[in-house]
Amino acid sequence: MTVEELHDIAMSEREAQGEYLHHIHVCMAAGCLSSRSDKVKEALEAEVKRCNGEKKCLVKGVGCMGPCAAGPLVSVAETGTMYRGVTPEDAADIVQSLGKEPVSRLVYPTDTPFTQRQVKVVLENSGKIDPERIEDYIAADGYSALLQALTSMTPAEVIEQIVRSGLRGRGGAGFPTGLKWTTVAKANGGRKFVICNADEGDPGAFMDRSVLESDPHRVLEGMAIAGYAVGASQGYIYVRAEYPLAIKRLRTAIRQAERQGLLGNNISDTQFSFHVDLRLGAGAFVCGEETALIASIEGKRGTPRPRPPFPAESGLWGDPTLINNVETFANVPPIIRNGGEWFARIGTEKSKGTKVFALAGRVVNTGLIEVPMGITLREIVYDIGGGVPDGRQFKAVQTGGPSGGCIPEQHLDMPVDYESLVQVGSIMGSGGMIVMDETSCMVDVARYFMEFCMTESCGKCIPCRVGTAHMFDLLTKISEGRATADDLALLEELCDLVQNTSLCGLGITAPNPVLSTLRYFRDEYLAHITERTCPAGACQMRR
Amino acid sequence: MRQSVRVKTLKIDDRDVGAREDQTLLEVCRENGIFIPALCHLDGLTPVGACRLCLVEVKGQRRLLPACVTRVEEGMEVNTATERLKKYRRQILELFFSERNHICSVCVSNGHCELQSLAQQLGVDHVHFPYRYPRLPVDASHDRFVIDHNRCILCTRCVRVCDEIEGAHTWDVMGRGINARVITDLNKPWGESESCTSCGKCVHVCPTGALVEKGRSVAEMAKRRQFLPYLTLMREGKQ
Repeated sequence: MTVEELHDIAMSEREAQGEYLHHIHVCMAAGCLSSRSDKVKEALEAEVKRCNGEKKCLVKGVGCMGPCAAGPLVSVAETGTMYRGVTPEDAADIVQSLGKEPVSRLVYPTDTPFTQRQVKVVLENSGKIDPERIEDYIAADGYSALLQALTSMTPAEVIEQIVRSGLRGRGGAGFPTGLKWTTVAKANGGRKFVICNADEGDPGAFMDRSVLESDPHRVLEGMAIAGYAVGASQGYIYVRAEYPLAIKRLRTAIRQAERQGLLGNNISDTQFSFHVDLRLGAGAFVCGEETALIASIEGKRGTPRPRPPFPAESGLWGDPTLINNVETFANVPPIIRNGGEWFARIGTEKSKGTKVFALAGRVVNTGLIEVPMGITLREIVYDIGGGVPDGRQFKAVQTGGPSGGCIPEQHLDMPVDYESLVQVGSIMGSGGMIVMDETSCMVDVARYFMEFCMTESCGKCIPCRVGTAHMFDLLTKISEGRATADDLALLEELCDLVQNTSLCGLGITAPNPVLSTLRYFRDEYLAHITERTCPAGACQMRR
Repeated sequence: MRQSVRVKTLKIDDRDVGAREDQTLLEVCRENGIFIPALCHLDGLTPVGACRLCLVEVKGQRRLLPACVTRVEEGMEVNTATERLKKYRRQILELFFSERNHICSVCVSNGHCELQSLAQQLGVDHVHFPYRYPRLPVDASHDRFVIDHNRCILCTRCVRVCDEIEGAHTWDVMGRGINARVITDLNKPWGESESCTSCGKCVHVCPTGALVEKGRSVAEMAKRRQFLPYLTLMREGKQ
């Protein structure tokens, strides 16, 4: 596939779509599908057919549109009208309204901060293109970055752009992506690998799933560019088996890209070859840790190993391996297309670009959002999220899943970037964001996450294996009103031990939910212990 | 032609020591008579860094590093016995004791147990974490050996010796987290294992009374693991 051929595909696709006067988009990502958006799409198609083509309308299944709680979502591309909670019975009204006034009873307002405060880079195609058709992706400038890199840039120049962009790993830790690519590129070895970590496991997080379901080609393109930059010809996507739709669409995407010559041998008649295969995770959270993930791909038990050596030096089958998160790869094509400087203009000094968050919990608007780094938590919770419903009081926002912490009201005006979040005792994490109101008990929250860490510990190192179990028991005791002040001291002692002596990130960060809630809500712990009451009314006292 | 191995000098506990670049901190410490506790490590087996007892402080490193897998570096400054490390080591030993059932007075390995002697050495005179006492089975189906899961500390020495030295890979680990335990074959009774060669290496590398020979009474099970350094020496051709 040459640049000209790619251009031709894009042009003919745009022409084909331009023949329609109207374009109805139906969300076919997992959230809306679960409320039967496929039936809605069928009904719309039947309705268009019934009108005998007089409406000149294209009904297209697309990826995630964002406000998942309001699904099934349908949008009309020309006017930007968005419909919420659409049922198959609404199809006739929607088709009839094309070119006229929208169906007011179904309209989802798009002039709100929820849509206006977002900046879409990773999700630029989500909700717009059909994730199951490569032509649609190509028509949205897809794969132009890959061909641009292959035909007019050296690997070093590609890395240079990534370094300039200031992109940092979106999996949670925020390691500079350009630096990682440089290390793998410089590592010795004839055979190198690129791995995409799609083992998203934080409770309540679905950013990576949405990207894979809505725009799978973007991830493939990012991986191929990475492969070219570091000198790898084989890529693996490690995706959890709990994401069947993402897997199906990835398989389709890989097949299409191979058929078009955008993956495979001698891409665009260059020396560069790149193949991508899927590997499915079997449900272990710890396999999101890079060394455990690599062990799992190798067919071994998914347990982490001590680093160094880092995967960049000795990874999959002992060869240098570049391992990045889905969202990190998804950021790569626009960076190459628009240049590193363009990307670096978004965000803060040390955290560039945007971040996708899965906004959940006690907020009016839940769903998938993409915001520029440096936005405040208050803007996310109150402007984009629409605040806490039912007139309740905001209490805390939890970021970073089981590795993160709870951030209270007093820090809401803090900018969202890697460093600030660590400062207040949480982490950026992969992008789960759970808002909690006064009815959430912080001891109960800490207990929930500790239970998660305990069951997801691999059992290899003793502090994590036994320490998390002890901490869970102590938190249970506290939440049931059976604990003493000594138990609290023991809990804090275990937090220190597990944090400082565990082998991998799971154990090291497991105490974070406890530590952050102790830091801001110690009085709640004390109320459970001394007064044997739960101020939030969430815990059942046993005594 | 021998490949040249470079030599590094470093400081351990304020002592200047020399080491080959391919050596780990643990090896260098032991050569120099510096005591570092370890339970999962055994000379001749691949180190895994699981027991966390050999953690040391390295200047300039934010985190504590396991000495068993950390290679020496020029100019490294290492502390092996700070108060903080001693505290963590005692706490980790207590975690081991609280995890399962380790009642020395009725154990066949009493007096020959690495967990027990490390506890004595490091001054663990009581356990202040609650005992978990899970109900775990004892598998005595093998003709000559017994596995008592109540005494197992999941160091995985048996798994590694069986895989790396005997080449049978009878042992492995199943389950996750606190429910992890060692198994033979695909969790078959040991006596029915088709891969076990009954060589007994697993029994003799086991640091506690988890893997023992049949017919031993309290305090009678002493382990002989001299075979291991000898075997690895011969294999690697390092005479």
